[in-house]
Amino acid sequence: MTATPVLQCRGLGKRYSPAGVALLDDINLELHAGEYLAIMGESGVGKSTLLNLLAGLEQPSAGQVILDGTDLGALDDDTATLLRRRSVGFVFQAFHVLPYLSVGQNVALPLDLLGTPMPERGERTRAMLAAVGLETLGARMPRELSGGETQRIAIARALVHRPRLVLADEPTGNLDPRNAAQTLELLRSQVKAQAGAGILITHSRAAADTADRILVLDARGLHAFANG
Amino acid sequence: MRAACTPSRMAEAVPTGGLLRSGLRIWHMLLRAQLREQPGRTLLTVIAIALGVALFAAVALVNATALSEFTHATQRLIGAADVVLRAPGTGFDESLYPTLARDPQVATASPVLELEAALPGRRDTLKVLAMDPFRAATLQVALLAELGPQLVELFAADAAFLSPSAAASLKVTRGDHFNVIVGNQPRALHVAGILPAQAYPQSLALMDIASAQLTLGQLGLLNRIDLRLKAGVDPAAFRSALAARLPPGVVAVAPQVEVERAVTLTRAYRVNLNMLALVSLWTGAFLVFSTQSLSVLRRRRTLALLRALGVTRGELQWALVGEGAALGTIGGILGVAAGVLLAALLLRFIAADLGNSQLRIAGAALVAQPWLLAGFAGIGTVVASLGAWLPARGAAREPPARGLKGGDANLAGTARDALRAGLALSALGALLAWLPPVAGLPLFGYLAIAALLFGAILLVPVLTVRVLRAVPRSGHIILDTAVAQLRERVGLATLGLAAVIVSFSLMVAMAIMVYSFRVSFEHWLGKLLPADLELRVPFGNDTAFWSPADQTGIAATAGIDRARFRRIRPLLLEGAAAPVTLIARDLAGESLGAQLPLVSSVAAAPEPGAIAAYISEALGDQRRLHPGDTFEVSLGAHPLRLAVAGVWRDYARSTGTVVIDRAAYIAASGDTSATDASLWIRSGADIGKVEQALRRSLGSGGDAVEILTSGDLRGRSLQIFDRAFAITYALEAVAVLIGLAGVSFAASATALARRAEFGMLRHVGMLRSQVRRLIGIEGVLTSLFGVLYGLGLGAVLSLVLVFVVNRQSFGWSIDLAVPAWQLALAGCVLVATSALAATLSGRAAMSQSALRAVREDW
Repeated sequence: MTATPVLQCRGLGKRYSPAGVALLDDINLELHAGEYLAIMGESGVGKSTLLNLLAGLEQPSAGQVILDGTDLGALDDDTATLLRRRSVGFVFQAFHVLPYLSVGQNVALPLDLLGTPMPERGERTRAMLAAVGLETLGARMPRELSGGETQRIAIARALVHRPRLVLADEPTGNLDPRNAAQTLELLRSQVKAQAGAGILITHSRAAADTADRILVLDARGLHAFANG
Repeated sequence: MRAACTPSRMAEAVPTGGLLRSGLRIWHMLLRAQLREQPGRTLLTVIAIALGVALFAAVALVNATALSEFTHATQRLIGAADVVLRAPGTGFDESLYPTLARDPQVATASPVLELEAALPGRRDTLKVLAMDPFRAATLQVALLAELGPQLVELFAADAAFLSPSAAASLKVTRGDHFNVIVGNQPRALHVAGILPAQAYPQSLALMDIASAQLTLGQLGLLNRIDLRLKAGVDPAAFRSALAARLPPGVVAVAPQVEVERAVTLTRAYRVNLNMLALVSLWTGAFLVFSTQSLSVLRRRRTLALLRALGVTRGELQWALVGEGAALGTIGGILGVAAGVLLAALLLRFIAADLGNSQLRIAGAALVAQPWLLAGFAGIGTVVASLGAWLPARGAAREPPARGLKGGDANLAGTARDALRAGLALSALGALLAWLPPVAGLPLFGYLAIAALLFGAILLVPVLTVRVLRAVPRSGHIILDTAVAQLRERVGLATLGLAAVIVSFSLMVAMAIMVYSFRVSFEHWLGKLLPADLELRVPFGNDTAFWSPADQTGIAATAGIDRARFRRIRPLLLEGAAAPVTLIARDLAGESLGAQLPLVSSVAAAPEPGAIAAYISEALGDQRRLHPGDTFEVSLGAHPLRLAVAGVWRDYARSTGTVVIDRAAYIAASGDTSATDASLWIRSGADIGKVEQALRRSLGSGGDAVEILTSGDLRGRSLQIFDRAFAITYALEAVAVLIGLAGVSFAASATALARRAEFGMLRHVGMLRSQVRRLIGIEGVLTSLFGVLYGLGLGAVLSLVLVFVVNRQSFGWSIDLAVPAWQLALAGCVLVATSALAATLSGRAAMSQSALRAVREDW
């Protein structure tokens, strides 16, 4: 028996006006727990739009997104948000940590939103900080940290609540090669360690190579990367 | 080679004109971008400046017009005299006139009686100028020249020429008669003619002096002599020599003193009103400060890029100041246009006195010189440039590398600098508040308020951080995130709060001052209106009074239990610009503390030969008199030595008042007449019937007497008080509205700047309603802090207003009282409005673009 996929897309399409050109058309995808996928594509092909659709942040014009067995199109905004809160973690190119919260508070943000009780919240935050190598920096403010360290906060925040799906949008776009390599390895290892699924959106072939498989998004749609 | 590359060498290589051109190009580029990207906010900033300039210009123009009318009118009355001899009220013996007319240094001497005549059934008076027409024709040329042969008609018995304004007010024309009250009886005057409209713009009756002396009961008396000196005689030296020869109570003054009397008497009121009108303008400046600061923060990378591309610090700073100056100039020009329109409307439809009856004029045309208007417009430019200067300086000083990298601006460093400057300014303000007035104006008081205000604004970031650090984590994510946001980004919150703190704290200070004044005024009325009924002849008149027989008749009127009479008359002290008021009243009986609102007194009896006098605070300040001191006054030809037995508050007369016992006054002057009375009604008597009986008792002169219950008089006095401060409330309301616009600007600018942050929170699962609540809580916390801070600051500023500005401006003290409920209500409204503005601004930032903003680089 095949396990239920973490994420399923069926005939997914998006156009911003009824008569407009389709930005995405007939996208089909299936992602299982423990799977780490890279999606490559040129600028403007709709990678970010696809990410928004997968997270339930935008409504598709056609097709379905089923996250953990739930059709996101059937949910209102609040229910979709609650599902995202519980099941999705995000890592952005520009880090997007809150500058007015400490490193520890930033990491604990998803747990705060989920109402995790205090002892457990503290324990999981400390464990996550240790996992990304920031165990001594929990009380610091983000402005005191380097770019690589800041992205590690973002990774810890994306994983601290053990989501079923982690979405990473160009997470190494603002990092130097050494920090980029470390970040990609950390992301992959943590997704795998938590037995969730991950999607990495990137321009970089080197980054994409850290994934289990690579797909390409272009005018023809989403298809397997032809090596060589 | 190295020397050739130093910045100074490089600057030398660029011609000055080139630097100017490049600076202008940068200014033009930034301004265009600002107008394109922020049209709404830019427009509102211009409107705020325009509103501030309009209010200031309107108040200043109305005041200038009123003063110009007064000056013009007084110049016509004084004419070409070199020296004016004066003794207010009953004046002096006319025998002084021939003595002066024969003086070899005098070319022309013109005897004058200048009186305010009481009119039957009216509370206002008619100015009567009685002269020898032939002598006056050479001095008051503008007044009399156009009468020509008609001048002889003045010699007819009881004849008067009326100015068009007086004829309209009395509803009479040439050939008609009208009555004035002399003593307690009406006297008819014949309208011999109407003066040309240009001769005198205000209300005036012109009479022959002999006719006036006879008809108005002033036989053998003058109260003014105009002197034209022979060529080569120095007026100042003549005045000084003449002073020794003048009888007691008569002073020789330069005509300019007469002309400037209205200017002097109303200066404090006008200056205070102008300062109040400036509040809106200063609030507008803080709005420019907020807008420009937020705009600089928003464009940090662009500005850093310009610096990296070779724009100098100076060019960038001046370009950004120029942005503010451009907005200020446009606002200034619009404001001047609106101010002129507003002033014209005020002059046309509302009394032009702006709450001060001393400046009441009729039918004045707006006086608006081009240089004055240009000055008002310039104020807009200057104020907006000042508002833009600090953010421009900050932007120019930021290292380009840091700006290009993005992230948070160095608000912590700014807060540290602001702490030092804030403490220094606050200390300076506290010191300035102790300094004395300058030329009768509380200039240091205003400076103290400005220093305390700016100092307090600079202390906002540090104090906010201290307060927010003390707030414990609640475990509620929305509340905790909001508190953390405010604590760490306190600079942004301060920018938004600056305008509202300024306007609200000044509103609080004004509200406390006005409320304190009103409470003290009510207390004062209670002391001065102890009886059931108050009788008085028209205020400020020189012709109506009650003889001893009239007084006996009043006291014997059916239903009257007790009567207490007063004689109120003007008194000119040596060297004083304006007469003080002498009140002779019965001081025996009740304790003085119950009769007068005393602020200090001495228990010891006055020295032999001196009469105990109770002086107002204003007179004490003017003459530096304290309890125990003695001074001399003249009641006509009777010199009188007065010993200051106490100082009291007089809110009715800011030029000074002396109260002495009426028996001592009669003994010294022989004047047994009375002008005011307090009457106690017999128990059970009908007050309406008593009033009718009093009018019958006063006979035909009863028409000119005001009979008011103490309650009515109290109500009317409070109505006048509230009218005087109505303009204050209006100006303050506008300032608070401008301040609220500042909150709204800051909220929307901050919300837009934080779109990516809100987008991230939505990504990680924060509900739309939770983000809205977060913004709302931040709005409530920010405005709550602003309102509480404004209340505290306003309370401090109110101390300066109550104990320094008010005391030094008007010469009277007031007791501090706080309108707690009104302030609490105003604070709640302001918090609610600010929070609403923040929430609405946040709603805009919560659109789909917030999600996309996450993809943008921060």
